[in-house]
Amino acid sequence: MSELGWIEPAINAARPQAMGALLRYFRDLDTAEEAFQDACLRALKNWPKNGPPRDPAAWLIMVGRNAAIDAVRKKSRLTSLPEEDQLSDLGDAEGAAVTALDEGDYRDDVLRLMFICCHPDLPSTQQIALALRIVSGLSVPRIARAFLVGESAMEQRITRAKAKIAAAGVAFETPGAVERAERLAAVAAMLYLVFNEGYTGPGGETDARGSLCDEAIRLTRILLQLFPSEPEIMGLLALMLLQHARAAARHDAAGEIVLLDEQDRRLWNRVMIAEGLALIDKAIRHRTRGPYQIQAAIAAMHARAETPEDTDWAQINLLYAALEQETPSPVITLNRAVAVSKAYGAEAALDLIAPLTERLSAYFYFHGARGNFLMQLGRNAEAREAFNKAIALANTPAEAAHIRRHLDQLSAPKK
Amino acid sequence: MLYALLCYNNEAEVFSWTKEQDDAVMAKLNVVHEKWEKAGKLKPSLRLLPTSAATTLRKKDDVVLDGPYAETKEQLLGFYIIDVSGLEEGLAFARELTAANPGGAYELRPIMLYNPGA
Repeated sequence: MSELGWIEPAINAARPQAMGALLRYFRDLDTAEEAFQDACLRALKNWPKNGPPRDPAAWLIMVGRNAAIDAVRKKSRLTSLPEEDQLSDLGDAEGAAVTALDEGDYRDDVLRLMFICCHPDLPSTQQIALALRIVSGLSVPRIARAFLVGESAMEQRITRAKAKIAAAGVAFETPGAVERAERLAAVAAMLYLVFNEGYTGPGGETDARGSLCDEAIRLTRILLQLFPSEPEIMGLLALMLLQHARAAARHDAAGEIVLLDEQDRRLWNRVMIAEGLALIDKAIRHRTRGPYQIQAAIAAMHARAETPEDTDWAQINLLYAALEQETPSPVITLNRAVAVSKAYGAEAALDLIAPLTERLSAYFYFHGARGNFLMQLGRNAEAREAFNKAIALANTPAEAAHIRRHLDQLSAPKK
Repeated sequence: MLYALLCYNNEAEVFSWTKEQDDAVMAKLNVVHEKWEKAGKLKPSLRLLPTSAATTLRKKDDVVLDGPYAETKEQLLGFYIIDVSGLEEGLAFARELTAANPGGAYELRPIMLYNPGA
């Protein structure tokens, strides 16, 4: 790491806590951001000289708060507060700031900061952009690159989102247990949006997008450290880790998606898998199931299988059935049908998806999966019909090409 | 003389490193590791997963807590490296130890990287 390379991670790590506390203090997002920015500039000046503070978050909160108050005082020609240089042997002053902000405050501060990005009036892309800007502190150009849009368009998007949450107002009272649980659920959903933007968004997994996955994982880890006994947060973090562990195997040299069965499992990230599996073990102990835990458990079944043939499809079928109960959706049933076809044959899978025909008639994957099941049963004419429907509904050239390969297989002369 | 060297740092910071920053630190550390391992002086070394992956068994009442051991009244007196199927088997081992020695707590922290050493 370069000479001053330690400062950036130190500031990044402290940011959610420091921004959260400054937001509570000033009750205004712009003032909090300016105060934090000011504190960072002073940190860049002060830390190389005096070494890292014992508690960077507390340092940034105190200096940011003083700087913002100072700015107001200067405007009203009052006496200014002491410069942070005079506070630079921060032992005592920092200690005082830490005791003033106990763990519980920090916890709700970070949750509030993340929660304001989840305002239900904001479309998901704005929630993601806002979280990356104010929670993660990514620069606007970097966020714009991740979303494949121009900088000024992204700037406008973020400004509009901020105006919306400012108009809506933010609750600063310490939340009660029910409200805290609701906030956690909303924040979990938002963090998974950030992750998915990196995982599946248009344009594939470029570095700018892949780093969104890393960032979502980092923020979810912070959330779990603040709320260590929440099984669904454990499940969410496990789910992200187990999915992201496959990143290196998910695309071939040409950038095409490689399906799970065909991935080179030696490319899977074993460290992420180990952390994901450890988190699932922890979550299971709580015996309160939830959609993130179940999805993580499904991902874990794949992670545990050394080859595609080792996959325990019967167990995956049961997990999908549990997920259907938690969050009924025809798409989940369709996923379950794939597990059923592997465990019990294509006939059973076709029976399972027959009732979905009407609701999923415009869904690419429905016709693709149905064509596959029919092909396995040798019902080639029906399979061809299904694949043709799928091609007409394909969202990307890659999807269409994938189905075309199946059609070619159907018309190949039998050996 | 055998020593255990315990590594402390700010976890939030270390897990905010980019992959490049992390790789750079590990590369520098590995130069040191290799030298001392060749001299036969570096025994097993390891890197732990974050505390969010930890579980703690409070021995006096057999309560399992999420997260690392956070009390400051006790001191670290030793540790084991175990190879088990998962958390439950790890806890089973910890409970057998508890029967033999009831005071304090055990924290189970999954290992991220393990090097058996010289």
